[in-house]
Amino acid sequence: MPSYVDPSKCDGCKGGDKTACMYICPNDLMVLNKEEMRAYNQEPDACWECYSCVKICPQGAIFVRGYDDFVPMGGQVHPMRSSDSIMWTVKFRNGNMKRFKFPIRTTAEGAANAYVGQKGASLDDECLLLEKDLPKPTKLAK
Amino acid sequence: MALPNKPLGELPAVANPEIKEHECDVLIVGGGMAACGTAFEIKKWAPEGMKIILVDKASMERSGAVAQGLSAINTYIGSNPIENYVKMVRNDLMGVVREDLIYDLGRHVDESVKLFEEWGLPIWKKDADGETLDGAQPAKTLREGGEPVRTGKWQIMINGESYKCIVAEPAKSALGEENCLERIFIVKMLLDKNKPNQIAGAVGFSTRENKVHVFKCKTALVACGGAVNIFRPRSTGEGKGRAWYPVWNAGSTYTMCAQVGATLTMMENRFTPARFKDGYGPVGAWFLLFKAKVQNGLGEFYANSDSVKDELAKFMPYGASAVTPTCLRNHLMLNELKAGRGPIYMATDVALNAFLDDRRAKGMDEKAVKKYWKHLESEAWEDFLDMSVGQAGLWAGMNIEPEKTGSEIMPTEPYMLGSHSGCCGIWTSGPNEDWVPAVDGPRSHQYKWGYNRMTTVDGLFTAGDGVGASGHKFSSGSHAEGRICAKQMVKFCRDNASFKPELKQTAQELADEIYAPVKRYLQHVGATTAANVNPNYCKPAGIMMRLMKATDEYGGGVATYYMTSGKLLNICLDLLRMLREDAELMAAGDLHELMRAWENYHRIWCVEAHIRHIEFRKESRYPGFYYRSDYPTCDDANWKVFVNSTFDPNTKEWKCEKVNCINIVETEPWI
Repeated sequence: MPSYVDPSKCDGCKGGDKTACMYICPNDLMVLNKEEMRAYNQEPDACWECYSCVKICPQGAIFVRGYDDFVPMGGQVHPMRSSDSIMWTVKFRNGNMKRFKFPIRTTAEGAANAYVGQKGASLDDECLLLEKDLPKPTKLAK
Repeated sequence: MALPNKPLGELPAVANPEIKEHECDVLIVGGGMAACGTAFEIKKWAPEGMKIILVDKASMERSGAVAQGLSAINTYIGSNPIENYVKMVRNDLMGVVREDLIYDLGRHVDESVKLFEEWGLPIWKKDADGETLDGAQPAKTLREGGEPVRTGKWQIMINGESYKCIVAEPAKSALGEENCLERIFIVKMLLDKNKPNQIAGAVGFSTRENKVHVFKCKTALVACGGAVNIFRPRSTGEGKGRAWYPVWNAGSTYTMCAQVGATLTMMENRFTPARFKDGYGPVGAWFLLFKAKVQNGLGEFYANSDSVKDELAKFMPYGASAVTPTCLRNHLMLNELKAGRGPIYMATDVALNAFLDDRRAKGMDEKAVKKYWKHLESEAWEDFLDMSVGQAGLWAGMNIEPEKTGSEIMPTEPYMLGSHSGCCGIWTSGPNEDWVPAVDGPRSHQYKWGYNRMTTVDGLFTAGDGVGASGHKFSSGSHAEGRICAKQMVKFCRDNASFKPELKQTAQELADEIYAPVKRYLQHVGATTAANVNPNYCKPAGIMMRLMKATDEYGGGVATYYMTSGKLLNICLDLLRMLREDAELMAAGDLHELMRAWENYHRIWCVEAHIRHIEFRKESRYPGFYYRSDYPTCDDANWKVFVNSTFDPNTKEWKCEKVNCINIVETEPWI
């Protein structure tokens, strides 16, 4: 289900040094054509349809069209992702629609505690940060 | 229109890239769950001034197998005895596993899950009435004793769309953003010039600018996932991208470690998951949460038939467990398909309606049933939307509503991995504790040699999909294993403080090797009018298809229902040898294509190891994942052993050997 870009919405992230879709694609598929200032998916048959580009695009310019070798046309799945939830719209080939909303995060972006500055105790045992009294197997093979 | 004999990509490659040299104490190669675990943990142990660099081929926020998200965490021990976790993994992987590594993982994994929740990952909980609360509703945390929604003994449900973003954030802030280098693809690990069998660095290139990066380090973690697009997939057009495992995993972990001499283990193991056909959506929640059953084409729920019980009795003790091993479940499904009793359906309609009927039987009125259905329907769709959106897209395109009609399931093409229900990978040391067996002989036969999760190469560590013979870690276990490596790498640096890494090759020599496909392209592209067809070179896309055709037809892919034989395997090895030679003629006109070229070098190598291991093991250890027609049964009397292989970087020779498998956890009862 490769991603595609609507040229009327894509602004090439205004030529900034970090084009959002290009920054995020785990498979290095999204590229910016600098002459047109528009992005495109350069290798649709390597697209995992992970939707990372769709979710991150600040212009809402990226959509997904089902893989042409097995998905009948007409359906579409499209998300709207906010900082704490995601809303999915599922449009069926027959025109039916369903909407689902799910939480995605319970803390503010940037608030995850990295325990910076906290140190572990001894390098010579197997305990990791926040761990103590590690068990050892007791039901042993004879 | 201009002739198509120009580079196609937006970032053309040049013959002579800039070279950037880096020096550090610890190098983390990869950015997925395991590497994020290492990045989070390592500074908790590192002394001031220790230089640590992480290098990711993509962006940590959405890299690795969890990029898209997940709907469940499949390893959370909770109140279960860790020994039972070891027994489950041991049985699912047909007996040949490293029980020390599995137990060790089991005692660390819950701490990772508790951290994920603290960082903001919504985890489903049970309320006082046993009803499900989604992860954003107020409830006690796991640390506070909150009860997660268990689908199976080990799995818990999450709202995991942003799982990877949430885990990457503290990994980056713990390590320092300036120490996380993204969009650099490490393609080779490098040994020390002076000290034998010691890692000293790595080399890779940027996929954003013409620059080769050379790293010197005292110790390194390689955690770059498993291998995908190694067997011809069932969808060979656009749908080739809809791989079950992440399509960007190219076997880099196994190849880069093997090439510097790290011993591999159980590379014959592969994972051939049975998933919803074409969309490859997850089936775990359907089986476990929704209690769905599989139906053959005759409408029979075949899993409990007498003939199935007889078939499982051939694989004792493994076939006797309440949860049948994954490969044997495939085996039963393949028997149905081969007998012409396909297709196999997940009876989603039967399962969902059973829930509604159950509520009605308990006296729920229709209005409340309707409300309950909305909740159930939402859970069913979230399972796909959190981690496999394409499956939802396929249902939308096919007008499938799961409460009205079942969906076909099918075993996929094979994948190589070590963190899911598979266990190929690298042979590593277990914890340096008394309960881990002491074994005489070289490291390739031992269970411990000082540093937990260190490979047989000094200073080279691996985690997640990289560590062999200990599957069922999944996302949480991979993170925990990365954390284990963090501490051990700091310890290695402390114990080897005087070691000064020195590379065998100059930075320029390395850069020339990395950019060879570019030089070849530029030299020959003018010889034809179309860049992709040229007698002087081959392109990465074609090489990948050639690899997948060879493995599919001779190595037991979908073409033969996973059947191969000694004869076929040796033909496969011959084809791979020629493929490896021809891969030296790959050409790349732009940086994206250069990445594809190096991914193929990695794929070919790890697949060769896979085929070589299957050839060496004269039995069929994993019926349903692959079969040898010449040795069609699982032969515990002769083959309940590891197969380990080692490539000697000096002589360029491979050695395969049997290694004893030791039971640490009680075998009576087996489960």
